Amino acid sequence: MTEASSRMPQYAVSFAAGMLLWVLLTGTLQGQELWAGVLVVGVTTALAGPRLEILAGVRLVPGAAVSLVTYLGYFFYALARANLDVARRVLTPSLPIRPAVVEVRTALTSRLGRLLLANSITLTPGTLSVDVRGDRILVHWIDASPGTDLESATGAIAAGFERHIRGFLR
Amino acid sequence: MMRWIGDLFLLVGAAFAFLGALGLIRMPDVFNRIQTGTKAVTLGALCFLAGIGFLHPQWWTKLVIIGGFLLVTSPVSSSALARAFLIAGVRPWRAPEDRDSTLEEG
Repeated sequence: MTEASSRMPQYAVSFAAGMLLWVLLTGTLQGQELWAGVLVVGVTTALAGPRLEILAGVRLVPGAAVSLVTYLGYFFYALARANLDVARRVLTPSLPIRPAVVEVRTALTSRLGRLLLANSITLTPGTLSVDVRGDRILVHWIDASPGTDLESATGAIAAGFERHIRGFLR
Repeated sequence: MMRWIGDLFLLVGAAFAFLGALGLIRMPDVFNRIQTGTKAVTLGALCFLAGIGFLHPQWWTKLVIIGGFLLVTSPVSSSALARAFLIAGVRPWRAPEDRDSTLEEG
């Protein structure tokens, strides 16, 4: 694979994200606005693209868009559950928490993938990413009763998200 | 109708923000406080944005941008805070039944 073609994904993703931001900011789909956007985003991508190595982890495969949508659905469901979970713990007089710091392992190799996984873990029930060291994510877990060894923690915390994220990130 | 849905979202958002604040008072240590604070306040803010979207439909595209920005930045700031506390030597609070066990202390 040549240097230029290996950078295609990051240019394509940068351009698509820029256009999405442009359309949302202008709030219109009129031809003139769109062409102005193509011009501005095109120049921005050409200038910034080579520096956006973090986007190189994106997998441009046919199912990627579907995976992104199912990931978002799963994420918002988990976020809602997380809040009901927090509400229950805060409002219960005995304060039912059993916190521990545990490690989980991730099979994601790209920086963007690990960032997204760590962010997802933070916003879901009872878990808070504290640090990322290589393929290990250090997690503060508010209810560690299912077990604190690597395998059970990975299964309970990271596995669900990872399955969705791997559809569109390495 | 839109007015009612918008107001309902604002009310739910305020309720989550209140629960987050209550969590800050009730939780025993800084890591648990960050936990309740992050989750409740993020969803609370998203509910506010959704409510504003129903009250002022012409703003929705910009509200989506604000919501996306919140979703990306708020967990990053929480993780950075938690990491700083851990490195500074703050030991996570343990439940009484776990204190004598051999579980890793972080």
